[in-house]
Amino acid sequence: MAINQEFIGRTYPPTEIYSVGREKIREFASALGDSAPCYFDVEAARSLGYPDLIAPPTFAIVVTMQAGGQVIHDPELALDYTRVVHGEQRFVQHRPIFAGDEITSTVSVDSIRSAAGNDMITVKTEVHATDGELVSTVYSLLVSRGVGEAS
Amino acid sequence: MTLVSISQVHVGWELPSQEFMFSRADLIRYAGASGDFNIIHWNERVAKEVGLPSVIAHGMLTMGTVIRVVTDWLGDPGKVIEYSARFTRPIPVPDTDEGTSIKVSAKITELLENDQAVITISAIHNEVTVLAKTVATVQLAP
Repeated sequence: MAINQEFIGRTYPPTEIYSVGREKIREFASALGDSAPCYFDVEAARSLGYPDLIAPPTFAIVVTMQAGGQVIHDPELALDYTRVVHGEQRFVQHRPIFAGDEITSTVSVDSIRSAAGNDMITVKTEVHATDGELVSTVYSLLVSRGVGEAS
Repeated sequence: MTLVSISQVHVGWELPSQEFMFSRADLIRYAGASGDFNIIHWNERVAKEVGLPSVIAHGMLTMGTVIRVVTDWLGDPGKVIEYSARFTRPIPVPDTDEGTSIKVSAKITELLENDQAVITISAIHNEVTVLAKTVATVQLAP
């Protein structure tokens, strides 16, 4: 069933503050098999001109995925989570995320369209530092596979 | 390490290719680090019940891994100012010690103003493209 277009623009309350820690950055980089020194060694990150460890380019997914749950589990939107797959992902880094950042995520429904019996919903997450600076804008395309389609 | 200058590259310039391995242990480690515990990434029984050949790699593990052809070349991941991908094919990960491999290549496809370049990444698994429209915009030196 097609999702109601009226949900475009719906914005959810900002998440609670997420504190970006050095060990989380190290853990995430390790999980990607990436040993670049700027993810592990504060002096290496400072030599690149950064205040502390820098997070990998896709780190924002750690904070935004949880925020995106507000959309996926919105009872009014009524997405069938078991039929939802991740179709596309885009990160716009206004500046990198650093260890020590205190950030919040604000999620909104950016677009809704239907094609080939599937509903496609683009969720936009704006990641702000607590001083209001926009750090990242993250777009996730979620595809809700149509019930009539062979699974 | 000095940042690559825009004057050193051109459209069609190829970055060094790399090959990455994904094992079941890598999927578990990524699940824990990212908080994405979707069961299709670690439980073969459930993965098969929903029609997958095996457990599959997280799309975000693949996306986070293949950008290394860009960040290793740049030497500064903070110069990646935009990065996007479309998840076209799942990567089944077999229950073997070595896991399965992804071959990744990249080339510059556009030069922008302000010393920025667009890099298009190709990720191949078993001779099939697993990510489409995988594009990074990077800031280079003048």
